[in-house]
Amino acid sequence: MTEELRKDYNHRQACGLCCTTIEELSVVRGKNVILDHVNLHIHCGELTALIGPNGAGKSTLLKAILGDISHSGRLSYLNAIGGDSVKPIIGYVPQQLEFDPGSPLCVLDLFAATRRRRPVWLGIGQRMRRHATHQLARVQAEHLLNRRLGDLSGGELQRVLLALALDPMPDLLLLDEPVSGVDGRGLELFYDLVSDLRTQNDLSIILISHDLGLVARYADRVVFLNQSIRLVGTPYVVFNDPEVIKTFGLISLEGVPPRPEPVAQKIEWGDEHAKRH
Amino acid sequence: MQSAINVLQWLLPFEWMQYHFMQNALLGVIMVCPLFGLMGTMVVNNRMAFFSDAIGHSALTGIALGVLLGMRDPLGAMIAFSILLALGISLIKQSARSSPDTIIGVFSSTAVALGIVILSRGGGFARYANFLIGDLLSIQQREILLLLGLLAAVLIFWLFFFNGLLMVSINSTLARSRGARVQALEIAFGLLLALVVTVCIQWVGILIISSLLVLPAAAARNLASNMRQYHVWSLLIALVSGVSGLILSYYWDTASGATIVLCAAVVFFLTVLGRSLQRG
Repeated sequence: MTEELRKDYNHRQACGLCCTTIEELSVVRGKNVILDHVNLHIHCGELTALIGPNGAGKSTLLKAILGDISHSGRLSYLNAIGGDSVKPIIGYVPQQLEFDPGSPLCVLDLFAATRRRRPVWLGIGQRMRRHATHQLARVQAEHLLNRRLGDLSGGELQRVLLALALDPMPDLLLLDEPVSGVDGRGLELFYDLVSDLRTQNDLSIILISHDLGLVARYADRVVFLNQSIRLVGTPYVVFNDPEVIKTFGLISLEGVPPRPEPVAQKIEWGDEHAKRH
Repeated sequence: MQSAINVLQWLLPFEWMQYHFMQNALLGVIMVCPLFGLMGTMVVNNRMAFFSDAIGHSALTGIALGVLLGMRDPLGAMIAFSILLALGISLIKQSARSSPDTIIGVFSSTAVALGIVILSRGGGFARYANFLIGDLLSIQQREILLLLGLLAAVLIFWLFFFNGLLMVSINSTLARSRGARVQALEIAFGLLLALVVTVCIQWVGILIISSLLVLPAAAARNLASNMRQYHVWSLLIALVSGVSGLILSYYWDTASGATIVLCAAVVFFLTVLGRSLQRG
């Protein structure tokens, strides 16, 4: 990575002050309660992993945060400066981009369509081209600029989508099992990139993953979700919990530091929130 | 409009260009084909071929309603009904659990059956058969102006909303995360498509109207590697098949709409062949 790029990359250091608060969020579809009174408080500079069995409502929670699914409860984002609730920029990397592989859509089109008013069928200017190249360089994908989306490998596509989610740099980054169908090397590369992001930028990350070994290695905090929040804590605490072990089996915690944390708990974030602001 | 005709006569100094109906038909083709080439790119991207087919078929009910209301030109009733149907399909699609195919199928079959029942009362359906095939040669000058207005409306929509529409066609949740108004865009596009299809039915014909939407864009997909090329090819293929189809229909004495679709189909199969040769 060039020095210039590095500077841009670091433009906002994690401040630890801004936060996203989810209060009493519930999603009901028909007679089924999919999410039941979820309370969660997420600080910037943290990678929060969301784990839970299939159908636990993990993807639904992300979609509710995005506003794609109607829900009750409150979502607020507070920035470090004003402390007032503002509309955060949310970056989103979908689970699996179900798109038509035959579509004549290149990576550059994708960036221009999200970042420019000028319709992409009229062509894309040099400035946008440079901007997109620059953004792709972050995820080591600048060579993919003119490739069709349908011609990318799974890992390449996920890196492109990550670069897209980071342009503009979001306050909250939502990753919905971003690496399903990605090979081993691509997986490491992706997690290293995400892991670097949270230390070098002022953003919070929520990650859904089934790869619990990687979660244990990279996450700062793990949320065990099954309709409601069952447990929140460091990977060390959560993966030693009997209920988690019952659901997932034993996870190897080799190399994971037993980071100290008071007690894993069903957290009432209201109090802590008051203290921090 | 006369100057446009003069330019065309100079460009195409053929015997058939002396006839007024051919002059008008050519102008009509030059409006309709870009319209369909443009809309087609998104119809194919959004997999809305079946939707446009359903809108086309439902025109029968629109005509029937027009007849029941005693209208001489049923276009108003056709437009009103197709817009209602497009709105109904979009709204139900967003809340229902059945697949969009099923919902569209249910609506479309009901509308077609209703239209046929009303129109065939007393055995007079044959009178309306020209809507099935379409008659481009009957196009009038004021209708060409109407088409020009429609083309302008689609172009304006394409200028301001294409990027959002493209995001929605890729992934709606992703589009939402970028601030696109997903539902509004989907509904607006559905309504515009319904309007374009319904207005053009009298010239292109119910049976083949969705082919004219799909073929140029589908052929363009085989040639393009980005959105700009996609549009350029789709417009070009639509226009070339339109003009050559119209000329061929004059010499062969065939229905012009179907001849145009056949030309577009030939282009499509050529692109498929070219692509497989290139890969093979």
